[in-house]
Amino acid sequence: MKKTIAVLATLALAGWWQMAPAAEVTGKVTLKGTPPPEIPITFTDQCGPLHPTNVTTRRYVVGKDNGLKDVFVYISKGCEGKTYPAPAEPVVLDQTQCLYQPYVMGMMAGQKLQIKNSDTFMHNVHASPLAADGAEAFNLPQNAGQVNEKTFTHPEVLVKFQCDVHNWMFAYIGVMSNPYFAVTDADGNFKIPNLPPGDYTLTAYHLKTHGKTSTGVSQAIKVEGDKAVTANFTVEVPPPAP
Amino acid sequence: MAAIPTLRNGSTLETGGNPADNPALRRFALLTAAATFALVWMGGLVTSHGAGLAVPDWPNTYGYNLFFFPFSKWIGGIFFEHTHRLVASGVGLLTTILALWLYGYKSRPLLRWGGAATLLAGLAVLCFPSQSPHSHTGENIMLACIGAAALASSFVWPKCEPSPKWLRRLGVAAFFAVVAQGVLGGLRVTLLKDELGIFHATLAQLFFVLMSAMVLFQTAFWRKLPAPAESDARGLRHFFLAATLLILVQLALGATMRHQHAGLAIPDFPAAYGKIWPDTDAASVVKYNQLRMEVQDYPPITAFQIILQMAHRLMAGIVLVMVGTCAWLARRQLGPHHRLSRLAAGWFCLIVAQIILGAATIWTGKKADIATAHVACGALSLALGGLISIIAFRRLAAPAGQNCPAQKDELTTLLASSRITLRS
Repeated sequence: MKKTIAVLATLALAGWWQMAPAAEVTGKVTLKGTPPPEIPITFTDQCGPLHPTNVTTRRYVVGKDNGLKDVFVYISKGCEGKTYPAPAEPVVLDQTQCLYQPYVMGMMAGQKLQIKNSDTFMHNVHASPLAADGAEAFNLPQNAGQVNEKTFTHPEVLVKFQCDVHNWMFAYIGVMSNPYFAVTDADGNFKIPNLPPGDYTLTAYHLKTHGKTSTGVSQAIKVEGDKAVTANFTVEVPPPAP
Repeated sequence: MAAIPTLRNGSTLETGGNPADNPALRRFALLTAAATFALVWMGGLVTSHGAGLAVPDWPNTYGYNLFFFPFSKWIGGIFFEHTHRLVASGVGLLTTILALWLYGYKSRPLLRWGGAATLLAGLAVLCFPSQSPHSHTGENIMLACIGAAALASSFVWPKCEPSPKWLRRLGVAAFFAVVAQGVLGGLRVTLLKDELGIFHATLAQLFFVLMSAMVLFQTAFWRKLPAPAESDARGLRHFFLAATLLILVQLALGATMRHQHAGLAIPDFPAAYGKIWPDTDAASVVKYNQLRMEVQDYPPITAFQIILQMAHRLMAGIVLVMVGTCAWLARRQLGPHHRLSRLAAGWFCLIVAQIILGAATIWTGKKADIATAHVACGALSLALGGLISIIAFRRLAAPAGQNCPAQKDELTTLLASSRITLRS
């Protein structure tokens, strides 16, 4: 009986959510300045043949009109005191051709994370969340084709994943308490749908530019009804030392 | 001239407190020390390749018994970490045998009865396996094999006399140190704590000093070394000891940098971010991180890590001056042809090589082989410093008037007053 009531309440909440006015927040993150050159990755004997062309690190991936890829954009203020159900479908972090795909992504606290090994050999998955004193850190062995599921309960921007077998493999996941986040595409564009009316702080966080000492660049946005909101960001990289 | 006593195995005892001449034991101690050096080198390779956590479990390897892990799976970082574990197991075994060998024929009962008990325990758990879904057949077979090997070895165990008590105690200390080192390494993996790696690395260096000293104590050079015979007017032995302790501090600093992945916290040398002393304010550190590019995506560096590396650089200079002073003082006090003078000169050359390797580590962007050679050369520097200090405390005496028992240094007392108790 209790279960039925819970399901009905969730459905009602979801229906209300769909019907309530909500806006789409879009924008672009632009890089100002010239980033240092990426470093070519020297693969091991197993991984090298999977990459006939050169592969480099992915610290500053700049696209059209200096759009910056892999920037995590999220609502950092304005959702306090509200609870959001974690989506039932899991997010997937894949290890393929000795690289993590995607490099940066987001998920909700409580949502399932599927970690796949699509390669034909072993990896290890070493996650280093810092929230709650690293209580949810893990280091898993993964055989070829293996899939593991994990869940994080503490929000954190960004949780680091690495493979210590192949020391160039890294990925980052933003764990959020609300569903309003996005990662910029190859041209630096992002889109956050279904944001209810209200006053928010929107933050863009680029791993290399902002590091761990900064929470990123932020701006206040106001959502009124279903009126679309545009918010652009510029992140700056300093000139190289003389 | 007094007759040199002959022991029951035919070896001779030349001076009180010294180990008997036992070439086989000497060679075995040398093998153990060499294996320890190889292990330090392998440990350096593990951290240089960022492979410390490439094998997530311990004491197993990806669920396999350590010794049965298929060779086809030794890929990438697993190769370095797994090889390190295998070599560590070898060093553990060699150290255990060495510690038992120092007890001579007295180890036989322990090997025989301990081996028999271990064999029976292994066979018992094999014959009556638990209903647990996690089978430990491989481990149980290993337990039985270890017991059988110990039992068998008790029948062919050397019949030599026990070594002096102080040396046997060192053997026991080495045994416990190697066990502690193994557990520390394992906990670093299972607890995911970089901090434990710092202690693991530092204990490794100390263990190598201990092993090197145990080789020294087995040599004819040590046995023939006269008891305090030369006056140490300038306090040379204290200089040697102080320089060795400085090297130990320097290696601990290096281990901290290495296990915080901050070896390149300052990417240039001899300048530091183009300056004599780098800026460490928050804005500067952010800028450093924005421009810092490495294949291994280590966490952003901090002001503390920059200061730590500056401390490491300054300490390198202090060590160079200190060891140089030791070499110069030894030459002046003992003459250029004295063994200690020659050893001190070699020590100074080693420190110069170490500084060049440290600079090369930065210039090459922490190339794994160079960074590992830097670790290994550091281990040799500490070990040589330790040996020189031991020899100096054995050979040199406080100047006349200061040589009363109350003022004797503790180490001198230990080395000079140790005696072999002969079995009647």
